[in-house]
Amino acid sequence: MNELYIIAAGSMVAISCGLLGCYLILRKMAMVGDAISHAVLPGIVIAFLIAGNRDSVTMLLGAGLIGVFTTFLIEFLHRKGKLQSDASIGVTFTWLFALGVILISVYAGQVDLDQECVLYGEIAYVPLDLWILEDGTNLGPRTLYVLSFVLVGVVTFILLGYKELFLTTFDPAYAAAIGISATLWHYLLMGAVSFTTVAAFESVGAILVVALLIAPPATAYLLTDDLKVMLLITVGLGVVISILGYYLAASIDASIAGAMSTVAGLLFALAFLFSPSHGIIFKKQIAEPTPDALSS
Amino acid sequence: MNDLLQFLSFEDPNTRYVVTGTVLLAISSAIVGSFTFLKKKALVGDAVAHAVLPGVCLAFMLAGNKNPVYLVVGAFITGWLSLVIIDQIVARSRIKEDTAIGLILSTFFGLGIMLLTKIQHSGNAAQSGLDSFLFGKAAALVGTDVIVFSTISIILLVVVFIFFKELTLIAFDEDFAKSIGFPVRRLELVLTTLTVMAVVIGIQAVGVVLMAAMLITPAAAARFWTDQLKVMLLLAAIFGAFAGVFGAYVSYTAPAMPTGPWIVMIISIIAMFSFFFAPRKGILYKMVKQRRIQKKIRDENILKMFYQLGEVDGDFFSSRTSDILAERRELASGQLSSGLSRLKRHGYLKSEHGSWQLTIEGKNKGQRTIKLHRLWELYLTQYLHIAPDHVHDDAETIEHIITPELEAKLEKLLEYPDVDPHMSKIPYES
Repeated sequence: MNELYIIAAGSMVAISCGLLGCYLILRKMAMVGDAISHAVLPGIVIAFLIAGNRDSVTMLLGAGLIGVFTTFLIEFLHRKGKLQSDASIGVTFTWLFALGVILISVYAGQVDLDQECVLYGEIAYVPLDLWILEDGTNLGPRTLYVLSFVLVGVVTFILLGYKELFLTTFDPAYAAAIGISATLWHYLLMGAVSFTTVAAFESVGAILVVALLIAPPATAYLLTDDLKVMLLITVGLGVVISILGYYLAASIDASIAGAMSTVAGLLFALAFLFSPSHGIIFKKQIAEPTPDALSS
Repeated sequence: MNDLLQFLSFEDPNTRYVVTGTVLLAISSAIVGSFTFLKKKALVGDAVAHAVLPGVCLAFMLAGNKNPVYLVVGAFITGWLSLVIIDQIVARSRIKEDTAIGLILSTFFGLGIMLLTKIQHSGNAAQSGLDSFLFGKAAALVGTDVIVFSTISIILLVVVFIFFKELTLIAFDEDFAKSIGFPVRRLELVLTTLTVMAVVIGIQAVGVVLMAAMLITPAAAARFWTDQLKVMLLLAAIFGAFAGVFGAYVSYTAPAMPTGPWIVMIISIIAMFSFFFAPRKGILYKMVKQRRIQKKIRDENILKMFYQLGEVDGDFFSSRTSDILAERRELASGQLSSGLSRLKRHGYLKSEHGSWQLTIEGKNKGQRTIKLHRLWELYLTQYLHIAPDHVHDDAETIEHIITPELEAKLEKLLEYPDVDPHMSKIPYES
């Protein structure tokens, strides 16, 4: 049963992250996702201090706000300060992450977070934190409820905003012409990324969230040219990564989140080499004309 | 205060090691980081920083101990490999660079975490302290570490010194470097290697996650104070070194505090201060300058309005009420009234019983703005053959910018014309 809980939690994190990640990489904002996932740390710590426990609602709100603030700060420094965008990302997220780590040390006694947990999470502990009602009914792991709530939220967001997200991603000028605000959808997407990152934080930590945000969509991007198919492939990959990651970790007794990222990287490598449409091996064959073609 | 004096006296050998170590690390990463920053590849350092973790773990697994030389070699190999893979992914597939960086960064780091946790669970006693690579262990630097770091830092600085001209060229204008026959590929390899070297020693102080800050932040801060590369490198090194010393001081007075994050916090504060308050490039300076220009434009427009009203009824010095001025709807009422009182302060307007009239200076200034506007409209129609009904907006902007020298040139070029394309009279100073 524990195995199932962990794999389910991993899949839900991977699917939520992957779906949003598709839009991030198509908008060339992969590193902004990376920055948000680091920068939510001080938000999580502050929410922790205010709520006094791992109350998920406060946590989601606090860190979600910090995530949107991060995006805002990155753009502010880039536009108003004329700081090049890569440096703007790098300066912002390292600063906020450092702040988060310092806050953890200062309030070490009050905040039940440690630095390792921040980096690679505690997905193995998912089955331990059970939601038990006052009459003793066991509803299963608490984390699963939070994660399914986030997953439903992400799927609803993409279903409802499919057209708007599609247009602002691929043709912002046309989107603006028919009255869709690119800025609004930009911040909605960033808000969604922030919430998802925070929810995933406890399970897989700040950095491995990035692997799940970027690797599955990048893999799917090498397999198809259709956004809908790309989203579906990403969902499939999320489940596969979770299952394989779990058993890899179990077989060598290591971090599950680490193993999941490793598997995600390996799957990308396979697509990079063997994708029928975009893999380097098949692309080479198309690029090099056969001797017959030359002689005729 | 005593703490500070004791700290600065360097009596404690441990303090000496920590300070020397962090300062060396900070300086070398600030200098290498400046070049990657100028090449707009700042985040590459972030990728390398994360990618060294599996190298460190593999080196430990193979060697079975924490000999810093093995660990550094292992880190160097995977760090370097990550950059090669990023390059290959970008060159050979349709994945964009930022996606490739994020992908390699996170999956290499994931692999590193997997190996690290495996080592930790293996029960090998020698492994304790290996996780200091995650957040750095500046406070625990010892003599041998400092020797290894100093050697690498010195090699690094010497290489930068030897290749200074070449690195400068590829940082600013790669195509030009290529065209005059520089071995650009090989020089990029040098820069890549330098980056990996800086990261490999830097992570021991601040850890993998925050290493990017040591490369990017000092360079970004320094860039706001100067346009000169040499000055920028010097400033970046000073900022980095200051943060390093301060971080070491924090860990000296409060041993429970993590040194790496404090170093990054200090350097980030320096950077934020630079972004906002640096002269000429700072955000605040630019905002003030922009406001000043906006006010100047608004004032000139108000004087222009007075002059135009004067043209209509033939009397430039008659009084106008604010209602008449507001009727023209050229400005919001708040802006109009603040502009009017500012112009009065500067002696361009006089006011009596709520109505306003031009002074001689005010009339001249309004007249000059009108003159420039009409001259420019004429120039656009005559020399650029733009239709007369398309020139107004352009002239509306340029009339505030044209200098007296340009004004003289325009007059001469157009041979002191009498009227503009709309047959309005061009006024000259009598």
